[in-house]
Amino acid sequence: MSIDEGTARRVASLARIRVEDDAIPALAADFTAILGFVEQLSEVDVDGVEPMTSVTPQRLKRRDDVVTDGGQQAAVLANAPDAREGFFAVPKVVE
Amino acid sequence: MTAPNALTIAQARDALRAGDITAPELTEACLTAIDGAGALNAVVHGTPDIARAQAEAAQTRIRAGMAPDLCGIPLGIKDLFCTRGVASQAGSRILEGFVPEYESTVTRQLLESGAVMLGKLNMDEFAMGSSNETSVYGAAVNPWKVDDRKLTPGGSSGGSAAAVAANLCLGATGTDTGGSIRQPAAFTGTVGIKPTYGRCSRWGIVAFASSLDQAGPMTRDVRDAAIMLRAMSGHDPADSTSADIHVPDFEAALTGDIRGKVIGIPREYRMDGMPQDIEDLWTRGREMLRDAGAEIRDITLPHTKYALPTYYVIAPAEASSNLARYDGVRFGHRATLAAGDGITEMYEKTRAEGFGDEVKRRVMVGTYVLSAGFYDAYYNRARRVRTLIKRDFETVFADGVDAILTPTTPSAAFGLGEMADADPVAMYLNDVFTVTVNLAGLPGISVPAGLDRAGLPLGLQLIGRPWEEAELLSIAHSLERAAQFVAKPTRWW
Repeated sequence: MSIDEGTARRVASLARIRVEDDAIPALAADFTAILGFVEQLSEVDVDGVEPMTSVTPQRLKRRDDVVTDGGQQAAVLANAPDAREGFFAVPKVVE
Repeated sequence: MTAPNALTIAQARDALRAGDITAPELTEACLTAIDGAGALNAVVHGTPDIARAQAEAAQTRIRAGMAPDLCGIPLGIKDLFCTRGVASQAGSRILEGFVPEYESTVTRQLLESGAVMLGKLNMDEFAMGSSNETSVYGAAVNPWKVDDRKLTPGGSSGGSAAAVAANLCLGATGTDTGGSIRQPAAFTGTVGIKPTYGRCSRWGIVAFASSLDQAGPMTRDVRDAAIMLRAMSGHDPADSTSADIHVPDFEAALTGDIRGKVIGIPREYRMDGMPQDIEDLWTRGREMLRDAGAEIRDITLPHTKYALPTYYVIAPAEASSNLARYDGVRFGHRATLAAGDGITEMYEKTRAEGFGDEVKRRVMVGTYVLSAGFYDAYYNRARRVRTLIKRDFETVFADGVDAILTPTTPSAAFGLGEMADADPVAMYLNDVFTVTVNLAGLPGISVPAGLDRAGLPLGLQLIGRPWEEAELLSIAHSLERAAQFVAKPTRWW
């Protein structure tokens, strides 16, 4: 199958990655190559086969439902590009 | 006498305990080697001051007696591991300036056992690559060289492989999502083991594809891999997928006795166009194991050819989800915004500037296969095929096979830049023999087993049963002894 430029543009937008117009054709070609490669999966008979959810059989461990961590505001904010008054700062979201 | 930085971990441990060398001397020898190896671009964030302080502390513990195996042993740490107070960038521009406030579980365990951290090691960006060329630092270079070309040390743990092969450190951490420990080990004449999924905690390791990622050691021989793996393993409440299973003394399991073990040879791994050197190496591997007393048995793993396409749906899908966190809000790079830019522009510009081309490609492929209308056709189908791939292995193990022998890679190390114009799928083929192991969650090890006609190292891979790393290492040890691989790269850097 072939991925057209409109689809490539839409996927970039869903992934929140800006792609300049002149780079779209090459991107669409890459998608076509990769998805063409995985296309061969359609020839496998998967009737009655469960999709894998866990590669090793395991039951998730349980623990008491109590707070085990916290009070680390300074550490949490230490790497923020913009932090103010104990918050992450971002451009205005709501008009 | 061997230069201190060229010792194996086991040799250095014994020399430290005997007082023949001190931890500061050993660390200093490695730091000097690193200073002289800038051309390899293996160490990207050196931590000499931390290393010297840790070496002093280790020496105190050694003098007091009862020091753990790794006490005073200088290691390199892949840039994917978060290390408290030390830059951890995953080889990406988007994590430029990121200095973790916490320590990954694996590195914490290593440091607690007295290991010395020499620095952070180069890697493909977010561990996505097979040649180290997607790194924001530029490619690490293979210490092996046979002509004018600079060769790749493989990827994604290319800096780790180059550093171990060039004696810059005694061992290094790696991670392996589709072959990222074993392929670079094969390309550099070193040993690398990816343990069973869940053996090592993933906590604090920058996530690529969470159902496939595992940490493991990269070392100069199998004994060292056994020593280091034990220190890296164990249950961690902070990683719900880490297994609460006893960690054996892997080194004690290296008995050298593999009589009666059944070694499977999967016919599907004999590929069209496989170089004669690889074919010959695989044949010699079979003979060596048979001469050591193992039974060689032809087996079939019928879904092998679907492993790479399955991987290239599942890994990008998980990556697109994991890498959504890089949005310029909580850590790392944020793009400079134009007047009037809102939060969507901030996300889009930040991610466009911060991610390299291969990472963008995989995040977008992952977005596509998870998007409405394609989820069943791609993602769910790939997860079903993954079940079948795992079932192939379960069947042969149930039939009595103890381990499986394959080549590690379809070729020896190639030249940096040689794949630049190839389509992305051509690079993906590097993982054709290793990726099945991640999909099935199994342990796999690469052992250097010979040189090709040009004089470059080649590796053989052994695949074991889940949680049977001890037996796998023992078989690998026998293979290593039989192969007698002693070649070292000639210093040119």
